Amino acid sequence: MATLSDQNLTPQDVLARAQALRPRLGAAFRDEIVKSLYGEAERIARRAVHRLEDKKWDLDQRIDRIVTSPVWGLPIMLLLLAGVFWITIVGSNIPSQMLANAFFWLEGVLAGLFTNWGVPWWITGFLWHGVYRGLAWVVSVMLPPMAIFFPLFTILEDLGYLPRVAFNLDFLFKRAGAHGKQALTMAMGFGCNAAGVVATRVIDSPRERLIAILTNNFVPCNGRFPTLIMLATVFVAAAFPPVVASFVAAGSVLAVVLIGVFFTLLVSWALSRTFLKGEASAFTLELPPYRRPNVGRILYTSFIDRTIFVLLRAMQTAAPAGAVIWMLGNIYVGGASLANHIANFLDPFGLLLGLDGVILLAYIIAIPANEIVVPTMLMVYMGTGMMTDLPGLDMLRTLLVGQHDWTLLTAINLMLFSLLHNPCATTILTIYKETRSAKWAAASVIITLGLAFLVTFTTASFARLLGWV
Amino acid sequence: MSSSPCETCPANAHLAQMGLKIDKYDRIVALAGNPNTGKSTLFNSLTGLNQHTGNWPGKTVTRAEGGYEFNGIRYKLVDLPGTYSLLSASQDEEVARNFILFGQPDCVVVVTDATALERNLNLVLQVMEITHRVVVAVNLMDEARRKGLEVDVRSLSRDLGVPAIPITARTGEGVQTLLTTIEEVISEKIQTKPLRASGTVEFRQAVEELSGMITGLIPNIPNARWLAIRLLDGDARVEQALLNGELADLVANQRQSDLRLSSKTALAGNQ
Repeated sequence: MATLSDQNLTPQDVLARAQALRPRLGAAFRDEIVKSLYGEAERIARRAVHRLEDKKWDLDQRIDRIVTSPVWGLPIMLLLLAGVFWITIVGSNIPSQMLANAFFWLEGVLAGLFTNWGVPWWITGFLWHGVYRGLAWVVSVMLPPMAIFFPLFTILEDLGYLPRVAFNLDFLFKRAGAHGKQALTMAMGFGCNAAGVVATRVIDSPRERLIAILTNNFVPCNGRFPTLIMLATVFVAAAFPPVVASFVAAGSVLAVVLIGVFFTLLVSWALSRTFLKGEASAFTLELPPYRRPNVGRILYTSFIDRTIFVLLRAMQTAAPAGAVIWMLGNIYVGGASLANHIANFLDPFGLLLGLDGVILLAYIIAIPANEIVVPTMLMVYMGTGMMTDLPGLDMLRTLLVGQHDWTLLTAINLMLFSLLHNPCATTILTIYKETRSAKWAAASVIITLGLAFLVTFTTASFARLLGWV
Repeated sequence: MSSSPCETCPANAHLAQMGLKIDKYDRIVALAGNPNTGKSTLFNSLTGLNQHTGNWPGKTVTRAEGGYEFNGIRYKLVDLPGTYSLLSASQDEEVARNFILFGQPDCVVVVTDATALERNLNLVLQVMEITHRVVVAVNLMDEARRKGLEVDVRSLSRDLGVPAIPITARTGEGVQTLLTTIEEVISEKIQTKPLRASGTVEFRQAVEELSGMITGLIPNIPNARWLAIRLLDGDARVEQALLNGELADLVANQRQSDLRLSSKTALAGNQ
């Protein structure tokens, strides 16, 4: 007996004994446990909870009837999203302009001061036209959109709207062979892809979890939104009359987001039919009650957790990136700067994708943090000696279109590339930690980068074939 | 609302938020509960940390740790991921299950949603199968009132055999009473008699025999009874954990601050 042989008891013995005992308990034993659990819970709850007044219609339910209805759910969702983008774009335009003016005025003053003091030109250049300019770009381009977008996004989150989004999108994910909760983790990805990857732990099935991890990067994160919003405002919308410009800008950001969702579904579908075969599993999604957002909480989350967090991360990478760019732009080999050499080398490949060598160089420098792609790009353009000073954001367009042959295709493809390209270093590391596999981390890079090349190459070829550019 | 005079009484205990200062603590308290019942809100208001809260289920997928001091006793508070049950196997649920089973918390506070009590009680009953030191926090009392629901916590306490305290974590209503109750359950000033499935005579005998064997196999295992029931039920995950030595490892390791992530995520608050 067990009690006699305690010394050499093995786990197998315990298991065998459990199996031997089980038949004695009767066939219905297993169901009994669960049934008694539910029965007990029901009995206790019925005794403890009393309905004081019969509210005939719950307001929550009435709202849910509309926002999760098969007819109105998706249009309402798109409208809300478009509204958020529009407010962000309209609201951040002027503060961005003012910040940029102030920062670059200060750069001129400080650099002038250094020159007057007789500080060597390369120190002044490195410090003010390199490091400082990198920081100034990041703050003026990113801070205003973030300060508007994040509180709006956090209000939707606190209100309880995000699970409704998941509910509305569930049927699409199911059809793609993925888990419905992926809609939730995708929504988290809008905040931060690394956080979205961690959030996939709510998905039970390893197969579906892997799909959710690999496709999370297809929704633009908080770090990429400012880039998209800026590109949409300065380049896409500027091609339209001012009256509709802000709507066009909001519309094109929304379009990019939808393309992102489309690729999330497409890649999920492809994966669940090739490397990660299987059926979608069922699940229950609880729609939480709508709650009045807590103002203090929203301000804390959106400013401290999100705005400052993203901004600090961007600044940490922008400062060294600014220094690297300045050096690349000011170290001359054989009559041209290093930046020029690299950009020229990458140029043919860049043009094939509807981009150019400078943009690709900027993406390489910005791998640690996607936030700084546009500032990096601008600094490389300026650092290549074509333009030494940029008085404001409205000049940006003049500079790029006038001097660097940017077209509408360049702006659109840059937005697409920014949407689809490889995850940032933090996200790649998170994927590695979550999957504990270098193979899947590498796969996440290959899939996204491959798709980014493929899509931009296709749009560029089409545009050229049709003679648009 | 009607706060009892004791809550404002100056003689009453004093709460001090300790944030991440949890290297020294006297007690461990775990916060369990269904998703989206306000665990993280309670966690933040007690510790003064800023664990990200959001109105959606599945916000917390790792455990977060923080500290508070109450009546001169230092507590380490562990915020567990929200789960509907302890029987299934997704990773966030397993974090919760492992900690309640092997983290040897001095008390488990199950945070429940007053507006959906029946569904929430399933988890309460399951936690009570594992440990007798349970306090049920009936949260979101304000929402319940708005919906015209009245929760009789005395009836609830009586039926469950553990204290049930009505709170509204967002406003702090009832939190003092909750903390006092936690203290009294740990010091056994309040004797709990958790409601447990008694079952048939055969069932009781089988559970007893099996839990004896489990204790023989892994001395110091805190929850042999619950494991015995899971094995009789044929829980594949528990069987596997027993066979590959995972159970023994968990008992050995769980008490340490093993999740390196936890303090970092609590600090950054952006999970």
